[in-house]
Amino acid sequence: MSVAAGPIGSAESAFDRRRRRMGGVFAVLCAAATLVGVAALGVLLVDVVIDGLPRLDRAFLTSFASRIPERAGVKAALVGSVWTLSLTALIAFPVSVAAAIYLEEYAPRSWVTKAIQTNIANLAGVPSIVYGILGLALFVRTLGFERSILSGALTLSLLIMPVIIMAAQEAIRAVPSTIREAAYGLGATRWQVVSSQVVPMALPGILTGTILALSRAVGETAPLIMVGAVGFIAFTPRGVMDEFTVLPLQIYSWISRPQEEFRRLAAAGIIVLLALLLTMNAVAIILRNRAQRHS
Amino acid sequence: MKEGLIGGALFACAAASTLVTVGVVLVLLRETTAFFSEVSIVEFLTGTRWEPLFQDRHFGVLPLLTGSILVAGGAGVIAVPLGLLTAIFLSEYASRRLREILKPVLEVLAGIPTVVYGYFALTFVTPLLRVVFPQTDIFNAASASIVVGIMIIPTVSSLSEDALRAVPSALREGAYGLGATKLEVSTRVVVPAALSGVIASFLLAISRAVGETMAVTIAAGNLANLTLNPLESIQTMTAYIVQASLGDTPQGTLVFRTLFAVAMTLFLITLAMNVLSQWILARYREEYQ
Repeated sequence: MSVAAGPIGSAESAFDRRRRRMGGVFAVLCAAATLVGVAALGVLLVDVVIDGLPRLDRAFLTSFASRIPERAGVKAALVGSVWTLSLTALIAFPVSVAAAIYLEEYAPRSWVTKAIQTNIANLAGVPSIVYGILGLALFVRTLGFERSILSGALTLSLLIMPVIIMAAQEAIRAVPSTIREAAYGLGATRWQVVSSQVVPMALPGILTGTILALSRAVGETAPLIMVGAVGFIAFTPRGVMDEFTVLPLQIYSWISRPQEEFRRLAAAGIIVLLALLLTMNAVAIILRNRAQRHS
Repeated sequence: MKEGLIGGALFACAAASTLVTVGVVLVLLRETTAFFSEVSIVEFLTGTRWEPLFQDRHFGVLPLLTGSILVAGGAGVIAVPLGLLTAIFLSEYASRRLREILKPVLEVLAGIPTVVYGYFALTFVTPLLRVVFPQTDIFNAASASIVVGIMIIPTVSSLSEDALRAVPSALREGAYGLGATKLEVSTRVVVPAALSGVIASFLLAISRAVGETMAVTIAAGNLANLTLNPLESIQTMTAYIVQASLGDTPQGTLVFRTLFAVAMTLFLITLAMNVLSQWILARYREEYQ
C-alpha cells in the first residue's frame, strides 16, 4: 500500500499521509465496535454470576417458591420449563418438518406456495407478545384450555414453528439432488425417496435448527404471561392441564420485587436458565459437528 | 392413493402456517372493532393521555407509541453504528480464524433471554446512569434503550455481514488497483454495493426493538408518560400489554379490549417494517454473477 507515493515520487504527500492515518483510525474504530458487543456480553455474565452464585446451592434447585427469600427455590419453575419445552417440541417438531418437506419436495411452483413461503417469513418477524395475545384468545378462552401447560406449549409452538420450518427447509435443500435421482431411478415413489433418503440425510440439520428454536422458547416470558402462567406456584405439574410457571417467569417475578434478597434469587435463577440454554446449545453443536463429519 | 394422502397431509401442515396469520388477524380485528365501537379511533390515535384504568378514562395511544419509539430509536442509535462497524470489521478486516471466534460470541448476545437483559438493565445499567445523571428515574427509557441496543447488535451485524461478503471481490480489487485505502474500499465501494442488505438489517433490528417486551417492561417502567426525555419513566406498547394482562382483566370489558387495540397497533407497525425490509431486499438487490 505504501507504494502509493505522491506526485513527485519520493516523499509521501500530505494528502496520502492523511488518507493512511484515517484508514488506521477507521480500522481501530471497527475493532472497537466489535469489542463493545463482546465486552457487553462479558460484563452481563460477570454481573449475573457475582450476584447469583452465592445464592446457588442444592436447596435452591429443590425448593419451591416462597415468601421468605432464604427458603425460596426454582423447583416448580425448572420442572415447569421442562414440561412446557417437551410438549412444545412434541407439537412443533412434526408439524414443522412436515411443512418443510412439503415446501421443498412436494410443492408445485405456484402462487399458493409462494404465498405460504412469504407468510412463514413474515410470521418469524411477529413480536412474541402478539403470539401471546393469540394464545390467550384462542387456547385459553375459545378452546377452554385455561391457564395450562397445554395452552403455553401450543402458544410457544406457534411462535417457533416458522423458525424450525425455515431451518428444516435449508437442511433438506442441502441434500444433493443426485441422491433423489438415484432413488427415483430404482423405482422408488416420492414418499419412499423423502422418508428413506432425504429426511435421514437432513436430520442432523433439522435437529440442530429445532434445538436452537427450542432454546428460544425456553427463554420466552411475555407470551406465557399472556396465557396466564403465574410467578408463584408451589407444586410440580402432574399433567398438561395443570397450572404452571417457567424459569424466566419465576425470574421476572423475583426481579419485580424491590427487596435485595429477591434480586439475588433472580440472579441465581438466571444462572440456572443460562446453564439450561448452554446445555441445549452444546447438544446442537455436537449434532452439527457429527453431521459435518459424516457428509 | 397412499402417495396422494401423504402429499395432502404434508400440504395441510404447510397451509396451517397461513391459518396462524389468519388467526392473529381475526382475533385482533374482532376485539379491536369492539374497542372502536366504544372509543373513537380519532381519540385513540391523537389523544395524549393513556389512562384506561382510572375513573376518568382516556384512551390516547400516543404516550405508549412515543414510549416504544423512544426505546426503539435509542436502541437503533446504539445498534446501527456498532452493528455496521462490527459487520465491516468481520467482513473486511478480521482474519478467518478471528471471525470464526467472534461470530458465535456475538450470536450469544441474541440468544440470551430478554428477561436477563431486563435484570442487567435494572441492576447494572441504571445505577451506572444514575452516577452520571443523578436525576435519572429508577425506571427509565435510556436504560431499556441501551440493553435493547446491545440485544439487537447481532441482528444488524450478522445480516449486514452476509450482505457485505456477498459483494464480489473483483469490485474490491478494482478499487485497490486504483490506489484506494481499505477505509475507502469499505465505505465507498463495499457498503454502497451492499446497501439494500444493510438497510434491510437495520429495519429488521428496529422492528425487533419495537416488539421487545420483557427487558423494556422491567427497565423502562409502567408510567404512560408522553415525554421524549430518556431519563424519565415511560411505558411502551408491549409493557402496557404485559401490565394489563398481569392484573385480572375480565373478558369483554373495555380494558380487556385495549390489549387488542394496542397489540393491533404493534402488529401493524412491526409488519410494515418487516415487509418494507423484504421489499428493499427484493427490489434493490444488486445481482453479481
